[in-house]
Amino acid sequence: MAENKLIVSSSPHLRGKDSTPKIMWNVVLALLPAWAFGIYFYGPRALWLTLIAVVAAIATEAAIQAIRKVPVTVFDGSAVITGILLAFNVPPGVPWWLVVVGSVIGIGIGKQAFGGLGYNPLNPALVGRAFVMASWPVAMTTKWIAPRGGSLSGAVGLDAVTSATPLTVLKLSRSKILDPESAEQAVQEARQAVELVYNAWPNMFFGKIGGCIGEVSAVAILIGGLYLLIRGFADWRTPLSYIGGVALFGWIFGGVEGVFTGHVLFQIFAGGLFLGAFFMATDMVTTPVTKKGRWIFGIGCAILTVFIRRWGGYPEGVSYSILLMNIFTPIIDRHTKPRIFGTSRKKKGGNG
Amino acid sequence: MGKTFAGGVHPPENKRYSESRSIEILDAPEVAYIPLSQHIGAPAEPAVNKGDKVLVGQTIGSPKGFVSVPVHASIAGKVLKIDLHPHSVTGKPEPHVIIENDGSDERAQELETLGDNWENIEPKKIVEIARAAGLAGMGGATFPTHVKLSPPEGKIIDTVFLNGAECEPYLTADHRLMLEFADDIIDGFILIGKALGAKRHIICIEANKPDAIEVMIEKTRGTGIEVCPLKVKYPQGAEKQMIKAVTGREVPSGGLPFDCGCYVQNVGTAKALFDAVSRGIPLYRRVVTVSGPIVKNPSNLMARIGTPFSALVEACGGTTEPVGKIISGGPMMGLAQHTDEVAVIKGTSGIVLFGLDDAESPNEMPCINCAKCVDACPAYLMPTNIAACGEYGNIEMAEKLGALDCIECGSCAYVCPSNRRLLHYIRAVKNEINIKKARERAEKAKAESEKETVKEVEKAE
Repeated sequence: MAENKLIVSSSPHLRGKDSTPKIMWNVVLALLPAWAFGIYFYGPRALWLTLIAVVAAIATEAAIQAIRKVPVTVFDGSAVITGILLAFNVPPGVPWWLVVVGSVIGIGIGKQAFGGLGYNPLNPALVGRAFVMASWPVAMTTKWIAPRGGSLSGAVGLDAVTSATPLTVLKLSRSKILDPESAEQAVQEARQAVELVYNAWPNMFFGKIGGCIGEVSAVAILIGGLYLLIRGFADWRTPLSYIGGVALFGWIFGGVEGVFTGHVLFQIFAGGLFLGAFFMATDMVTTPVTKKGRWIFGIGCAILTVFIRRWGGYPEGVSYSILLMNIFTPIIDRHTKPRIFGTSRKKKGGNG
Repeated sequence: MGKTFAGGVHPPENKRYSESRSIEILDAPEVAYIPLSQHIGAPAEPAVNKGDKVLVGQTIGSPKGFVSVPVHASIAGKVLKIDLHPHSVTGKPEPHVIIENDGSDERAQELETLGDNWENIEPKKIVEIARAAGLAGMGGATFPTHVKLSPPEGKIIDTVFLNGAECEPYLTADHRLMLEFADDIIDGFILIGKALGAKRHIICIEANKPDAIEVMIEKTRGTGIEVCPLKVKYPQGAEKQMIKAVTGREVPSGGLPFDCGCYVQNVGTAKALFDAVSRGIPLYRRVVTVSGPIVKNPSNLMARIGTPFSALVEACGGTTEPVGKIISGGPMMGLAQHTDEVAVIKGTSGIVLFGLDDAESPNEMPCINCAKCVDACPAYLMPTNIAACGEYGNIEMAEKLGALDCIECGSCAYVCPSNRRLLHYIRAVKNEINIKKARERAEKAKAESEKETVKEVEKAE
């Protein structure tokens, strides 16, 4: 025995079973139902656009790591998640090179420029999305595809007058209704349109509406999201506070007739809220580590989302809300430090 | 289910290897290597010389100062030399009294034998005997028992805990002790309560030892001693977490259990106290679990202090594959050894051996902020943030984040999916903080003494 070289290391000498790649690949797994629904509703484009985004993300990460002369870690699953989320956040009708640009920017500027996995302050996929949104706003807001067997707005008989997603219908109708110079008939039509999209919320829940590739079906995202929560790879506090917050603030501010007229189910199933709440606001790297911080993060995202939807220039605000809250993550963590064992609440971090 | 605390982890218990093995008495070694330092505080000073003949239980090291305990010979024979030998706690060569066994096993009788009269003993006398018998916490921390039994003036201890949690994986020494020596342990516990004047006695055992819980309930019936099953969770046996789980009280940051009226003692120490008071036997042997996936016959051995680890492993039939790691203590908080020549000391609760595969630490990956360490920390710290301070040398921030409140249980590093050596970095930064504090104290003292000198000079003029 003495001839053997004994390994001397600091305790603990046991390691738990979870590993970072395992967490990442489980997130990929949890994203598959949403992808399947996207492919079902929008056709093969949803399949290959996502694949292109993933390949571009992996290639970018590998190339930059090779240039940086650091170990290539593309198999840890994190670049795959970025690729998938980037594709999930674009309309299915965008050209293929747009998702490539998004992935390259997301991984390159959003992640590797900061040092790679774990060091990025912002969600890489959202950085990539913000970049393509700013660069090709028309493609990013018009290249929708009607879902199989349904219409863009989800409502029957509405596409004759408008070719927009439910949130856009709501936004346009609201401005017509609130504009004092609108003709009586135009206001009536707008009210009807709102009524129609509101009533189409079951289509939004299942995904029979126009939207981005991966955000279309709330139920598919819920399946994957619940899987993550049950396995402990995401904290329930974030999606609950985010979706709950949107329900509350959306009801207060999200309506077309004034405060407290919002349609709660419409507000939570519309747009990218579920995808954002379950898969982007729970991204471990860019969100708070404290439990209280996660509540604050979710509620902050909810307030920003509702405000952008109501008063912002875009119909949807999930991506920018999460990006903005990412910036606040270090501050949130700093001010939500848990009470240290053996200290009173008031005397934070003291010794003795 | 049992009571518990917030945080913690649940590593595989792996008690099955040795939990059903009765305590076996290990032959006294041919040569015993007895360290003069086996406790927290000042090492003992040698009380024998090379060539002296010593008896079992004879004092061979005298305590130096209050926070120090004597060391006793564990075998009878001749002192070969007093020399440096590898030490299982410091990892460095330390002074040992090296004794060659003459096979007589003759005992010295230095301590009084009270027999059944132990119940009438004066509290002060208990503390004296604890010291004379060389008692130090046998759960692993090895804090001198007599010091612990002498709380500062004004500190009133109302509740004493007997710690039979044994939350470390693999270890079963305390479990077996509770099954086989329940009466001694309970009597020792009563002595502890007597020494401190405590009203409430609670025996805490993790729920994975139902037989021990049953025995203790049976034996304490009608005595007023409570038996409290605890949820199986690591670090349930850490005294602060135990007190919190059972009473809801928190030991104040930077404080000790007596600051919240509590006292925790390991079952092994309780038995040793009874042995000392009633039978006049000083602490020269203890139960050591030898276990691990590669040990042929995992066992619980009653071994003499000073027996080399190699002898214990041999007594268990050796190993089934090459040894990659030898841990003194359990795998969560134990210390990896660089040689099997190190000897059993008062705090050696177990020896755990891993093969090469289990010994390697997996590669570190970057922190992904998953917060699993934050959720697991039983001291409610943010381990990843403190560890980052350690890595980047931000001592002040680490102190603000409560680094000194870390109990070094290792739950953070255990759960980390990126295999970060969180506790390693935290220990490093704690060390830095303590060095800084010591330096500041020294500078302050120096400045004050200089002031004094100036005053004196002025006076003289």
